[in-house]
Amino acid sequence: MTGPAVGTAGSQAERDPDRPEPVRVVLAKLGLDGHDRGLKVVARMLRDAGLEVIYLGLRQTTESILLAVEQEDADVIGLSIHNGGHLTLAPRMVEAVRAAGMDVPVVVGGIVPDMDLERLSEAGVFAVLGPGASATEVAEVVRAAAAARA
Amino acid sequence: MSLPDNPVPGGAESHDDEDSPRARAEAQWRTAFEAAPLRDGTFETMSGVPLAAVHGDPPYPGQFPYTRGIYPSMYRSRLWTMRLFAGMGTAADTNLRFKRLLDAGGTGLSTAFDMPTLMGRDSDHPWAVGEVGRAGVAVDTVADMEDLFAGIDLGGVSTSMTINGPANILMAMYIVTGERGGTDRSLLSGTIQNDILKEYQAQKEYIFPPRPSVRLVTDLIRFTTAEMPRWHPVSISGYHIREAGSTAAQELAFTLANGFAYVEAAMAAGLDVDDFAGRLSFFFNSHIDFFEEIGKYRAARRIWARWMRDRYGARNERSLQLRFHTQTAGVSLTAQQPEVNIARVATQALAAVLGGTQSLHTDSYDEALALPTEQAARIALRTQQVIAHETGAPSVADPLGGSAYVEWMTDEMERRATEVFDHLDKLGEGSILEGVYEGIANGYFVGEIADSAYRFEREVNAGRRIIVGVNAYTEGDDGDTPILYIDDDVEDQQLARLAGAKQQRDSGAVVAALERLAAGAADPTVNLMEPIIDCVRVAATEGEIVHALEGVFGTYTEPAVV
Repeated sequence: MTGPAVGTAGSQAERDPDRPEPVRVVLAKLGLDGHDRGLKVVARMLRDAGLEVIYLGLRQTTESILLAVEQEDADVIGLSIHNGGHLTLAPRMVEAVRAAGMDVPVVVGGIVPDMDLERLSEAGVFAVLGPGASATEVAEVVRAAAAARA
Repeated sequence: MSLPDNPVPGGAESHDDEDSPRARAEAQWRTAFEAAPLRDGTFETMSGVPLAAVHGDPPYPGQFPYTRGIYPSMYRSRLWTMRLFAGMGTAADTNLRFKRLLDAGGTGLSTAFDMPTLMGRDSDHPWAVGEVGRAGVAVDTVADMEDLFAGIDLGGVSTSMTINGPANILMAMYIVTGERGGTDRSLLSGTIQNDILKEYQAQKEYIFPPRPSVRLVTDLIRFTTAEMPRWHPVSISGYHIREAGSTAAQELAFTLANGFAYVEAAMAAGLDVDDFAGRLSFFFNSHIDFFEEIGKYRAARRIWARWMRDRYGARNERSLQLRFHTQTAGVSLTAQQPEVNIARVATQALAAVLGGTQSLHTDSYDEALALPTEQAARIALRTQQVIAHETGAPSVADPLGGSAYVEWMTDEMERRATEVFDHLDKLGEGSILEGVYEGIANGYFVGEIADSAYRFEREVNAGRRIIVGVNAYTEGDDGDTPILYIDDDVEDQQLARLAGAKQQRDSGAVVAALERLAAGAADPTVNLMEPIIDCVRVAATEGEIVHALEGVFGTYTEPAVV
């Protein structure tokens, strides 16, 4: 098993003590869905926007994601779902976070029909980013999720 | 110059010397064209202008290096196959759909499997929850395959199976299904995708590491060469490479490199290139940049012909001819104003036809939202029928050949692909197969694809590239497109079937067959097809067979690289 790829726009040493720490986000695909093009693009968008990205990649479980969140002290979980399994997978992730006693918000990206948005919101998903969301929008939503946590 | 007999202004052929290369090419083409059957159709414009079957310069369609098409008469003999890929629910659901298709005069069946089946996992695997029967049909044991084809004469149809990592297992199930229905394996006809290399590069449905996986591919090539003359053992696929974000030239280059890799692997296993190369086929994407796509298809045929002849020593004409299936670009479809996708698909489909495809799948306009509804799939098929019967495009072979721009684009695609081949050849120290292995191991393919995907996304973000309805012309999105929902009962039904199949079988025989398979896997000289067929006969599940092989081959995990 390969470790997660961690990356950031600037190196840790340059960090100004007066400036807030960059938001740390874990990005992952849950289950068998192999569509990782979007998630890889989002990873680079977030890095370019100055966030710290912990990219787990494909075939993760709720357990492997929670482990990464804990080890990397992440602020947000970004789940990418392109196979129509969002109503099963996203609520399961939120439940797992709660069961572990954490308060890390879950943001979903991918293909989610409009009529399912409310159910995901009720299930505790912080936000859903659909196709066409701009780089600025994606970074803003992840930052807002991190802020909502504190 | 125009061929054959009807006069076209400006034709200069009559002034040519009879022995000139041009005159000889023309005479040879004419003989071949006249020998080809013609379909019923009017080969004149809608205004009544008669049309020659080909225009421009040699080499003509059907002539080496086949830049202009692999047949002298192209679509005048036979239109491309309008093949729509689909699958749903349980095997029995799909069987019903197959029968309706055959009753309507269809002769080709195309099977989509669900994600657990594609990944070599049974329906009761923890990863399978929520996925069973969702994006295709679930197959766990040979009993499911028998349900899928119940009441269908497998000697009378051609079946396409889209499966890669566990291809040998599904092939074995199809063979045993044929046997039990009275059709010998030698009479089975069809195609199995079985292209594992692109899984590591793009689609990510891999199971074992690359080398043992290529051995499985080679085993199937050897097996079909010896026993199944009507079966196409690999469909070398650029489609998924493009969907993952590559450029057109990268799709072309990586796909053909994978093709060369399989040729080298099969030759290394002792096969003569002409014994199998004629049964290899290709599968390309058709994206929205019209002329780039057409150049890509033309370059693909030319490169393949030259490499097969000059590098691999093929002599049989069929070994040199690149045949391909095309699917329009799913990734180009937008969730915003989805009806506009109908225009995108039509443009892409026309590019595939002008590029000389042998078969075509057109995407449904709602695929950026969900699996297609029946109405959306029908519009996709109708789009092909409009191109086939209304536009006149199929009347003339390679109608864009000779256009300065199209010829330049063809050369440019070839030049860019050649740079990639040179790189892989160097990486592999004179072996494309080794170069591809190395490119997978060092992240070359995934890195190149991710770079291209990100570059494109940044251009869209910055507004340098317009996507209609996404970053321009956004008004008018009413968001009321009907969407297909899949029944949740399918999973429970399939779990019950699997439990039943496990109860009815002789578990001692299953264990023994799996042990024999594992022993065979440990010996690289053994062809694993017969041991896998033995496992399938005693109702070992797909997941059990995969597990036995994983015990010897290991499981592949992708390095998480952004």
